[in-house]
Amino acid sequence: MPIAVQKVHARSNPARELVFGDLWEFDPAPETADPKLKKKYDLFINGRFIPSQSGKYFATINPATENKIADIALADSLDVDAACSAAQRAFTTWGRLPGKERGKYLYRIARLLQDHAREFAVAETMDGGKPIKESRDFDVPMAAAHFFYHAGWADKLEFLAPGRQFAPHGVVGQVIPWNFPLLMLAWKIAPALATGNCVVLKPAETTSITALKFGEICQEAGLPNGVVNIVSGAGETGAAIINHPLTSKVAFTGSTEVGKNILRSLAGTDKKLTLELGGKAANIVFDDAPLDQAVEGIVNGIFFNQGHVCCAGSRLLVQESIADEVLAKLKRRIATLRVGDPLDKNTDLGAINSAVQLAKITDLVKSGVEEGAEKHDNGCRLPSKGFFFRPTIFANVSMSHRIAREEIFGPVLSILTFRTLEEAVEKANNTVYGLSAGVWTDKGSRILKMSTLLKAGVVWANTYNKFDPASPFGGFKESGFGREGGKQGLLDYLKVG
Amino acid sequence: MKIGFLTVHHASKEHRAMSAAKAPTSLRRLFDEIGTVDHVGIEERVAKFTTRSLKKNSKVFGLHLAVSMVDLTTLEGKDTPGKVASLCQKALTPHDEGDIPPTAAVCVYPTMVKHAKKHVAGTSVKVASVATAFPSGQAPLKTRLAEVTAAVNEGADEIDMVINRGAFLAGEFRRMQDEISAVVDACGKATLKVILEVGELESYDNIRAASFLAMRVIRPNDFIKTSTGKTSSNATLGNNQVMIEAIRDHFLATGVPIAMKPAGGIRTAKQALHFLVAVKETLGDDWLNNKHYRFGASSLLNDLLRQLEKERTGAYQAPWSFSEASEGY
Repeated sequence: MPIAVQKVHARSNPARELVFGDLWEFDPAPETADPKLKKKYDLFINGRFIPSQSGKYFATINPATENKIADIALADSLDVDAACSAAQRAFTTWGRLPGKERGKYLYRIARLLQDHAREFAVAETMDGGKPIKESRDFDVPMAAAHFFYHAGWADKLEFLAPGRQFAPHGVVGQVIPWNFPLLMLAWKIAPALATGNCVVLKPAETTSITALKFGEICQEAGLPNGVVNIVSGAGETGAAIINHPLTSKVAFTGSTEVGKNILRSLAGTDKKLTLELGGKAANIVFDDAPLDQAVEGIVNGIFFNQGHVCCAGSRLLVQESIADEVLAKLKRRIATLRVGDPLDKNTDLGAINSAVQLAKITDLVKSGVEEGAEKHDNGCRLPSKGFFFRPTIFANVSMSHRIAREEIFGPVLSILTFRTLEEAVEKANNTVYGLSAGVWTDKGSRILKMSTLLKAGVVWANTYNKFDPASPFGGFKESGFGREGGKQGLLDYLKVG
Repeated sequence: MKIGFLTVHHASKEHRAMSAAKAPTSLRRLFDEIGTVDHVGIEERVAKFTTRSLKKNSKVFGLHLAVSMVDLTTLEGKDTPGKVASLCQKALTPHDEGDIPPTAAVCVYPTMVKHAKKHVAGTSVKVASVATAFPSGQAPLKTRLAEVTAAVNEGADEIDMVINRGAFLAGEFRRMQDEISAVVDACGKATLKVILEVGELESYDNIRAASFLAMRVIRPNDFIKTSTGKTSSNATLGNNQVMIEAIRDHFLATGVPIAMKPAGGIRTAKQALHFLVAVKETLGDDWLNNKHYRFGASSLLNDLLRQLEKERTGAYQAPWSFSEASEGY
């Protein structure tokens, strides 16, 4: 340490902190591609857009401005019945179509999604609130990638289970969440079509637009009528699909609470079910980890998509000896995160999806403060309209705090510490969930050991939130069952004899 | 910050004794102290800088800032006083139109220092001289130090030295640091820039280690610099990030601000803006000036001017308006 030099300098800069100020402010850089939105969206049944039989519509708003974007048709049980019947009729030919022919349709859909990528990205961002850079660089390209991947499988299904007999289920009922509207649709529809099933899908009520726009893609791809049906609505619409006599397989992604209800309602039926539910993932940082890259992974793990991610790394478990340093680095890193207009290309955190979700996050954060955890946020200015929340970190969290146990589904990180590997594993597994986990260490053998001890469907090592269509994704315990992606995901869409 | 010559001189000597005692004996021990770098993680981090979109005023601000940070460089065997004269002219007045600042410095070989000094004396443009048997450093220490002294005596305001990469890679950290300390002494009032030659250091871990070894023996506001521009791999966003994170960690631990100069391979305005975004989001506002950040470049300047002219007039100029080659200055 250059002591003399340091003394000279210490006088002029006693604070020793970095200044992330407004010397170089970025001007607005809005994405201007046309999302080609309609004022009114009807249901997509049997290859055509038709109004609901009740004639009812509900409004969908832009969560960043609270302005109405469009009216969305509200499907009731009559509409769901029409959709299921259309799917059943389509299945008689689609289910018998040779795999390579089905593959051609999937390739066509994938390419059309790429052709319309900007349009879909802007629509997704306006309807859901996620930053344009994520919908542009992650959601839409990944959705296309899922169709490409599963297109390749369509004529190779016999290699999934060599020597076994298999057949599609028939009509598959699918209900998806609002955090990755188009991507979750792709995760659901691509494997279902590749395996010869027909689909009735319900998007979340706050984010129906890209699903209904996907109906336009199906038309453009010349997909036979009824193979894909999209019915919009809220919980009752979803229940009607799940309980409809024609749906022989149900796939649901969403909250654990709703997942439990579905499980109850399907008990005693012979419907196949896969559930992808909540999570409270532990992101575990050992003292030998490359800290700056770990901090980047922590930030990516919890602030990606405003934390509206079921596998978000919402519990940071950090080895006690480096806890202060990691907290300091995190605080410095979130100082440069930009919260605001989701359509701005420089926005890192967009809008919270709905007023309801914002209220839930606010409530849990309040409980964190009341229970004695130490709250830090980046203090940035938030837009006056719309639903926004600052990136927030809680230090000194203990396992009994609500913010350490409940899924917040927002940009809120809870930091806990540990001393030994065993303690880290114990704390990581001490949860009702088991969807994902992260491990940060320079030591390879420790990564392997942790990956066998952690009860989680995905364990990321020295990275976080990495997805690939070939990699199965799904949970343990109350995070659900069944897998999506890869061979395992395809098998869930087949009856294997 | 202003530091009297004697204070600094004294400080660095005292420090040299200290560092000799503290010099780590192996890379392993050094990494235990300063931490390692994950290759994949750092490249993911820097990829995010390239998605920042700079429009209108923020773009013009960034381009102006970049111009003011250029060390306009000519390091060729064929350099002549005449060529250096036109380089100095370009540095002083990069462009007639618009309110364009002069560059930070001109960077030349030691024999050209006196010619450059004639043109820029009394202005804000500094004369930087490479020295220490640039670019290889493969000359006896005595010769290298004599070259530094000669350049300083001819009027160089800044000295760009190369580290002894052989010593670093062989684990002779004390020797590497002592040589830097000796150059610090030979510099006197001149600012020192320590070239790590990242292309020869083989890994991000090594770049971080070499950055720390150098920072511990140089003075506040001296520079660490990526490369000579004479090897195939030069300044990249990844190398730059490893070094500015090292600067940040060193500053937070000691309070000593070290400056940074990426050099070689930065040819377009867009690249320069990405580097500046990295600085803004890693070191913050205090490093967004030419005392703390420089670009070692030659053809970059004309691309910055081309973009500024486009922002000013709303149209790109004809291709012959701004030469692609620095010989055209």
